[in-house]
Amino acid sequence: MAVKKRAGFSGGGWSGFKRKIAPYVFISPFYISFLTFSTFPIFYSLFLSFQKWNGIGEMLFVGFQNYVAIFKDQLFWKSLINTLGMFLWTVVPQHILGMCFAFILNQGFVKFKEFFKGVMFVPYLTSSVAIAIVFSVIYGTQYGIINYFLRFLQPILPINLPVEWLRGYKTWFTLSSLTTWRWTGWNAIIYLAGLQAIPNSLYEAARIDGATWWQVFTRITVPLLKPVIYFATTMTIIGNMQLFDEPMIMIGLQNRLMELGGNMGMTLAVYLYAWAFNWSAFGMAAATSYIIFILIMILSYINRRIFKEE
Amino acid sequence: MSQGKIQTGANIKLEERYKIKESSPVMEVIKSILLYIPLLFWAFIICFPFWYMLVASTRTQGEIFGFPPPLTFKPDFLEQFLKNYQSLVSKTYFWRNLWNSIYISSMTTLLGTFLCSLGGYGFGMYRFKGRNTLFSLMLFTLMVPQTINIVPYFIMMSTFGWISTARAMYLPAAASAFGIFLMRQYIVASIPVDLVEAARVDGCSEFGIYWRIVLPLISPVIGSYGIITFLNQWNNYMTALIVLKDPKSLTVPVALGSLKGLQNVDYGAIMVGTVISVFPLLLMFVFMSKMIISKVTEGALKE
Repeated sequence: MAVKKRAGFSGGGWSGFKRKIAPYVFISPFYISFLTFSTFPIFYSLFLSFQKWNGIGEMLFVGFQNYVAIFKDQLFWKSLINTLGMFLWTVVPQHILGMCFAFILNQGFVKFKEFFKGVMFVPYLTSSVAIAIVFSVIYGTQYGIINYFLRFLQPILPINLPVEWLRGYKTWFTLSSLTTWRWTGWNAIIYLAGLQAIPNSLYEAARIDGATWWQVFTRITVPLLKPVIYFATTMTIIGNMQLFDEPMIMIGLQNRLMELGGNMGMTLAVYLYAWAFNWSAFGMAAATSYIIFILIMILSYINRRIFKEE
Repeated sequence: MSQGKIQTGANIKLEERYKIKESSPVMEVIKSILLYIPLLFWAFIICFPFWYMLVASTRTQGEIFGFPPPLTFKPDFLEQFLKNYQSLVSKTYFWRNLWNSIYISSMTTLLGTFLCSLGGYGFGMYRFKGRNTLFSLMLFTLMVPQTINIVPYFIMMSTFGWISTARAMYLPAAASAFGIFLMRQYIVASIPVDLVEAARVDGCSEFGIYWRIVLPLISPVIGSYGIITFLNQWNNYMTALIVLKDPKSLTVPVALGSLKGLQNVDYGAIMVGTVISVFPLLLMFVFMSKMIISKVTEGALKE
């Protein structure tokens, strides 16, 4: 490669040939590593999903048996429902709050805009692992801060204290509150960029025509914002179907809460990880990754039908 | 100066007109309070974990899990912070792990911006056989989720003998389809073909055109992509968990995660680790927030 690059430097009478060769030279460093590390694994994963293999011994072609086994596995359905449940718990607040904050920040008279934008953006910079560790203390059952403050609300709230935040369906809320914490601000900033791209003349024209606030919102803002909403929700789908860091840190695979039965924190990505690195079944793990892929495609398609206009 | 004064004068006038037309001053105040409350509330929610992280890093294990939970610093906070720090460095190769994080993120960013901009230049500025096929194949992989690669990565890295090495992290991440797509779009939109042609007539070599003309002109998109790549890699947990096994080779997220997974978790020590890994980046952000936000938003919205 180094030799080829040097050929690009040297002058000479063969410039036409050089010009033909140049683009191939320029894209090849990228493309070779791209083929090795991005394209090849996609096909290799597909190939593995039809094999039975523990990582050491001989591979055995089993056809669709891995997929059949996964679809028969109760834990898979549990992981799927958990993943979808947490997705719903976070997608709604994330985007509605994000949209509201974007609207507020888009008001002309709101001050300290840069400060608020900065604060909204901070979670994006922060390692999800660090935040999951902090939240696992904050959500602690006996000595967590949230339970501590809920004590004061006990007279007016019908709750049993202490709340076990990582047990039962509450796990969905707890884990998705972390993703909401992380992504709401990011969505707000994306929506704000979208709002600012809408030309003011449209609003002026609507005002002259005597449109109400609601009409302006539904007829101008939402239709023009649709591509941005589509983009942001697609990102949420892709991210949440692969949710891994938060359940892995807050609960952990070795925890008894992750075991079959009472566990509501097992997501599809954790399920995949368990197949590969706990139960040494790489074929099953690869098949799971393809199921996640298909799931993302289906949800993205639905999302496209809702938010993308032809 | 005088311009600024004129502008503020105009603003006051507009505001007054607006007030007279729309609503009374009392309503205005109520309205702005109603708008600030959610913003302040959310700012509080976001800042609280950071505050808590700082406080907990200066407390003993007993205090963190004591009653009431710690919310403020104690007078001897520095002493306990150092004790927790001692405990952290005795349990992990913390500074080594921090260096690994810095090294891996920087290498990914450098290599990634170089490969993607060079490739983007090749795709954007030349017509050649197979260009569209090669580019579409790449766009297709944009839709494939990361998790698909997890198992093959592990097997490939084991086969290459790259487990627990930094290159197992930065080489796969460098060639990103998103990166080359971003670069190509920017190059096509912002660099006139005439400019490239003129440089060629003046005797600039093909690589020289990229290095001396294209690269300086696309520095905005290099910045966007560089920041996004650096942050993604800095916070990357899943891939690192899979390919980094030796305690000395871990990045910070995996090292902290492994501390959390121990039998006797020392939360004071972990909090010191999170503080050291989170706050330098935050401090940097405080000074460059405007630039970073606009870069990341630009990058994201181009997709």
